[in-house]
Amino acid sequence: MAGPRTLFDKIWDAHLVDQQADGTCLIYIDRHLVHEVTSPQAFEGLRQTGRRVRRPEATLAVPDHNVPTTDRSQGIAEDQSRIQIETLQQNCRDFGVPLFDVTDIRQGIVHIIGPEQGFTLPGMTIVCGDSHTSTHGAFGALAFGIGTSEVEHVLATQTLYQTRPRNMRITVSGELPFGVTAKDVILAIIGTIGTGGGTGYVIEYAGEVIRGLSMAGRMTICNMSIEAGARAGLIAPDEVTFDYIKGRPMAPKGGAFEQAVQMWRQLPSDEGARYEKEVTLAAAEIEPQVTWGTSPQDVVPITGRVPRPEAEADPNRRSAMERSLDYMGLEPGLPMTEIRIDKVFVGSCTNGRIEDLRAAAKVISGKRVAPHVQAMVVPGSGLVKHQAEEEGLDRIFIEAGFEWREAGCSMCLGMNPDQLKPGERCASTSNRNFEGRQGKGGRTHLVSPAMAAAAAVAGHIADVRKFV
Amino acid sequence: MQPFTKLTGIAAPLPMINVDTDKIIPAKWLKTIKRTGLGVALFETLRYADDGSERPEFVLNRAPYRSASILIAGDNFGCGSSREHAPWALLDFGIRCVIAPSFADIFHNNCFKNGILPVVLPKEQVDLLTREATEAGDPTFTIDLERQEIVRPTGNAVLKFAVDPHKKHCLLHGLDDIGQTMQRQSMIDGFEAKQRLAAPWLYREVA
Repeated sequence: MAGPRTLFDKIWDAHLVDQQADGTCLIYIDRHLVHEVTSPQAFEGLRQTGRRVRRPEATLAVPDHNVPTTDRSQGIAEDQSRIQIETLQQNCRDFGVPLFDVTDIRQGIVHIIGPEQGFTLPGMTIVCGDSHTSTHGAFGALAFGIGTSEVEHVLATQTLYQTRPRNMRITVSGELPFGVTAKDVILAIIGTIGTGGGTGYVIEYAGEVIRGLSMAGRMTICNMSIEAGARAGLIAPDEVTFDYIKGRPMAPKGGAFEQAVQMWRQLPSDEGARYEKEVTLAAAEIEPQVTWGTSPQDVVPITGRVPRPEAEADPNRRSAMERSLDYMGLEPGLPMTEIRIDKVFVGSCTNGRIEDLRAAAKVISGKRVAPHVQAMVVPGSGLVKHQAEEEGLDRIFIEAGFEWREAGCSMCLGMNPDQLKPGERCASTSNRNFEGRQGKGGRTHLVSPAMAAAAAVAGHIADVRKFV
Repeated sequence: MQPFTKLTGIAAPLPMINVDTDKIIPAKWLKTIKRTGLGVALFETLRYADDGSERPEFVLNRAPYRSASILIAGDNFGCGSSREHAPWALLDFGIRCVIAPSFADIFHNNCFKNGILPVVLPKEQVDLLTREATEAGDPTFTIDLERQEIVRPTGNAVLKFAVDPHKKHCLLHGLDDIGQTMQRQSMIDGFEAKQRLAAPWLYREVA
């Protein structure tokens, strides 16, 4: 291994099982997260070929995408959803895979519970049949989403064929201004490099701003790496990381923890390591962000306006903008703060952690949700919900007029009953504003938890800096 | 997996950028526990009006594109979710090849696992093929994977394309990745033995 290496290089090299002459690599996968939507066909494949799960103890399953967020003690009413969850239960029994079932307090969004349990650790390779697996990169783990065929491959062999991605570094320098959060930083990054800007790369996030973030903020950043097209996001592990991990149920204990930390300290990129692409953002120039269109790159500062397609030179891009504005029901030139909303969603693997709930609660404390707005909070896991209740956050939300729900993916992707109706407009802390993502005809504006809370109170997209 | 050697068929032009996997197949169709039967929902919101009737302006609702087996798409096709339901829906409809200036990584991978060939070409060439597929009386193209060539309806010069050699090999022979990896069992065993010594905490019981 000649020469200085990046964090990514080190993890990749340490997991190489075999490299073929044409460059195709067989890499070892340390941990595999499984959920109900992208796994049934993979288990069925194992059954048909008489294969077993190679390392059930390195695998963890949880239902999250398709679970209702209302009372679940009486089972799930919707047939197809129930069948999918029963299928996961049966598969876990048949193949010996550990499962956090629907009524387990540890149940939650797969990318919230991995870190919460200490299942996610630095230096690991982690996969899941879900694109937001990039979240776990916040720990300095190489984590990425895979399709169902690859889920089956990992279940059977604990490995994957991959071509080596390239290194990109995004440095956010300086200090975050008042009212600007991790969500605003990643939206600004996607606005800068575009939704295909990271394709073929693993992005390492660096700089004072990233170092200064909590693990929750780092997870928000890495979570949306896929929205920039990147294979994965990475942040070098440090004391903040180790403090977070220490004492988690599945993390190493005692001497093993000390031994692990020693190894984890070797992971950060070497001085002089080479990146094929470098991008730098000045934190001072980032304002609270909000999306106007149907791609996460369609983003402007809260002080901005809905853009004008005629100012766009590229015809493909111009027609995409026109289509977006038509779908979103927005006029070019409209100030973002004049966009009236119908719903507010606080939750998802991007912003469903306790810190996110605290940030939203701080804004709404003692205030009321605007009369025409329906607002809901969906904690990322049963344990996040429990902790929020211990801290009294549920009271703050309920008294302000929010609905307080059970954990799951919920309205982020609208698979369960939590959906927008056609034409409804939502300020959402989730990660995708695609057409129909939160329900057919639904209109999504991506924002931070604090911005979502401000919008709930104002009844329109609002600048959180005027609320705190 | 069905091998992909040479495909001759109608190419449908869909010159939209950033076609995400929610657009290819909306989330409500992800409740299935099967791989088949999703073709009916391919591009659902583009293809059908709210009352369920076909939108006549959508390319796959028009002759001859209704029976297309090739799709010519825009930049960053298949971005968003990792759902393999997207290639399953394309396949179930009858699409075996997608040509675009760029693809999202996960979708690109998922295609190869399902006998679909994603072809990346420079934007000018994709624009050219889009025009030919739109204007030709009979927009039939031939995709020859062995020779890595696209034969055009106009009779103009074939276009060459690049493809990862390992993925090409698997597609040509319809190979199951897992079967091949199982033959490397001893390598995987060896890797685990070494890792277990270096980082024993990775091998504790986790649940």
